[in-house]
Amino acid sequence: MLEYDLLVVGGGLAGLAAALGADPRLKTAVIAKVHPLRSHSVAAQGGINAALGNDPAGREDSWERHAFDTIKGSDYLADQDAAELLCRRAIPAMYELDYWGTPFSRFAGGTIAQRPFGGGGFPRTCYAADRTGQMLLHTLYEQAVRKNVTFLDEWLIAGLVVRDGRCPGVVAFDVANGKIIGIRARALVFATGGYGRVFRKSTNAYINLGSGIGLAYRAGLPLKDMEFVQFHPTTLNGKNILITEGARGEGGTLLNNEGRRFMEDYAPKAMELAPRDIVARAIQREVEKGNGFENEYVLLDLRHLGRDKILKRLPGIRDICLNFAGLDPVDTPIPIQPAQHYSMGGIDVDKTCASMVPGFFAAGECSCVSVHGANRLGGNSLLEAVVFGKIAGQSASRFVIDGGGCDSPEREIGEEARRLHDKVAAIRKRDRGENIFRVLNRLKTVMTEKAGIFRREKTLREGLEQIPALREASERAFIYGRCQSYCQEILMHIEFGYMLDVAEAILLGALKREETRGSHYRTDFPVRDDIDWLKHTIMTHTGQGPRFEYRPVDVTKYPPQERTY
Amino acid sequence: MKDAAPQVMTFKVLRFDPTNDPEPRFQAYRHTPRPRDSVLEALKDIRDEQDPSLSFRYSCREAVCGSCGMTINGRVTLACRTLVESLGPGPVVVEPLPNLEIQKDLVVDMEPFWRAYRFVQPYLQPQGPPPEKGFRVEDAELEDVFRTTTCILCACCYGACPVVTRDERYLGPAALAKLYRFTSDPRDGRPFDVLKSVDTPSGVWGCDTVFRCNAVCPKDVQPGHGIEGVRRTLAAKTLQRMMGRKP
Repeated sequence: MLEYDLLVVGGGLAGLAAALGADPRLKTAVIAKVHPLRSHSVAAQGGINAALGNDPAGREDSWERHAFDTIKGSDYLADQDAAELLCRRAIPAMYELDYWGTPFSRFAGGTIAQRPFGGGGFPRTCYAADRTGQMLLHTLYEQAVRKNVTFLDEWLIAGLVVRDGRCPGVVAFDVANGKIIGIRARALVFATGGYGRVFRKSTNAYINLGSGIGLAYRAGLPLKDMEFVQFHPTTLNGKNILITEGARGEGGTLLNNEGRRFMEDYAPKAMELAPRDIVARAIQREVEKGNGFENEYVLLDLRHLGRDKILKRLPGIRDICLNFAGLDPVDTPIPIQPAQHYSMGGIDVDKTCASMVPGFFAAGECSCVSVHGANRLGGNSLLEAVVFGKIAGQSASRFVIDGGGCDSPEREIGEEARRLHDKVAAIRKRDRGENIFRVLNRLKTVMTEKAGIFRREKTLREGLEQIPALREASERAFIYGRCQSYCQEILMHIEFGYMLDVAEAILLGALKREETRGSHYRTDFPVRDDIDWLKHTIMTHTGQGPRFEYRPVDVTKYPPQERTY
Repeated sequence: MKDAAPQVMTFKVLRFDPTNDPEPRFQAYRHTPRPRDSVLEALKDIRDEQDPSLSFRYSCREAVCGSCGMTINGRVTLACRTLVESLGPGPVVVEPLPNLEIQKDLVVDMEPFWRAYRFVQPYLQPQGPPPEKGFRVEDAELEDVFRTTTCILCACCYGACPVVTRDERYLGPAALAKLYRFTSDPRDGRPFDVLKSVDTPSGVWGCDTVFRCNAVCPKDVQPGHGIEGVRRTLAAKTLQRMMGRKP
């Protein structure tokens, strides 16, 4: 059995920020199912928000304005004290990232460049061309190498042991050799990322299965606001590769099949730079009205930006278009459609990243503080990962130093390890049954069809009705290969059960919330209802099924207003 | 332009489980890719529909995570970035990255590659405290940094490098290009001694300048130019020292 003071689960931006924020006196390790540099943070493109005021048009910007935009963007479901913390910490966070070597793009004069982004009142989004996530992830990994952080690469967390509401450790699956290993930790930080690949159409990496969220839920940790799923307006038609909001921030326009900028019908002031929920719905509506192309997509036009600007500011986008769509955005508009992009909901934590279970902390996309509420603004996810990742590392360190954590959890961890061992052995014994990857693909189709941009009671119920059959199919699935090393089938068997829990939480939360707010649009309840629904959904796993409670939103100084752009 | 009708193709994929198999073998799969499918998507469909025991690394599927470096029809490249239709009608032959040991099928042991990466101290070493409002540095001063930081550490260059094949101690193109990313950064002030650690035959002087790395790099990092850049810096600083000036 391995033993650490602090175990960080997940090697993306939030996990690395947690490890770097941890007290250096503690024995800390980062465990992740892929090498940290393969984490999905690497794919973030457009930027990271902070009210630096470097653009002449942004001199009046302040962290308070940033907080207001974040709260309005969230359709007033964000906890305002948490949003204020995020936006205040954003400014020193940028200078720290700069000092660590992040190659931010620069304004003439040498300051960090900033571009406009959706829902932001000023050019506030710092960026490194259109590769901001890659630059930040590599920079934080470099700092982790400098600080000699211990990494357990390609280990999947397969079991979580919570005893008496305490969390003494985990059971991990070593992908390289199939061994099951117990790990004691006095505190845990979960930074396992989002669940995008519960959906078929998603911008997310294939690895974003959301099993970390499901694992925590099964172990008794409540989930918050799971019904809020962000659909990004501009993803490459067909492959759903992200085309950054920065493309619109630099001046790109959206055109329907009449060549018209249809956003003037939906957000006449902000146009293409309205928040993502509004732009995604507008595109979907245009396509459904027959104003799209091939009933699938509309166009994102960058041609008027000119070759130089595209090459300098959006080189990655051009590369994606050339390589994956066979077109050059310098000459040809890009066919785009909305697709799942981000998980606003997640493991319920407060603004210190503490959960209901002492010693269990969470940060980044797997968590829900909530700073994004019902709709996240572009440029705020990298920010949340960096700021709250660090806070999680600090909070968990304080917990350990103050004497928290269980004393003798070996027996429970051993039992959980045996349970997993038996489960794997039982799967390996079957010589026929379902193919687990096919069952996964069925789940993805259900979620994309039943819990997409527009929702209503009937489709959500249809989705929920599919879950038991999928669970049964997954329990009948077997393993084709006999190898121990890199047996990715076994990983899928372990993760799939947790994915079903996540899918069910999204569907149930969406069914219960009978209003429209941010990304959650109910065609049968098409208006926001602040009297009954200005509150967070809290969902807890019990032996008798999920239990629902609701918690008021923290409002400091921004009373809910009508949300127009 | 209409897409050509989908055609069934043969994929010959190298299979090897070192604990059970005496030696690697090719397994042929028949599969009909969709228009514009990448080799990675084809492999994933083959795994999902025909053979879930097939192992390969993947994550982003858009050429930024660096997971799926492999050899496709003899060329070292990213599977996600290689469209099947760019390969011609014959069988598609898929093998793991060269120069690294196979752990299972297309999965190789990357540890020698990461060891080289860590050896060059791949992190900014600024001299002096953090400036209050960030560094002041112009885009133009960061041109080489911008090019070299597009590196996704996929190890395609490492797999294609003939020097790595014959000298396993050689640091390889990616690690040395990473070092150049820092030595060309005006914000970095690493001491000369740190730089001296690559002033060896298995460091920058190992490169025999055939620049296979530049040819295979899927992100146009041009690692070979980075190696030459570090050589120039080393030579200049060594000369300065000989002239009695501290670099």
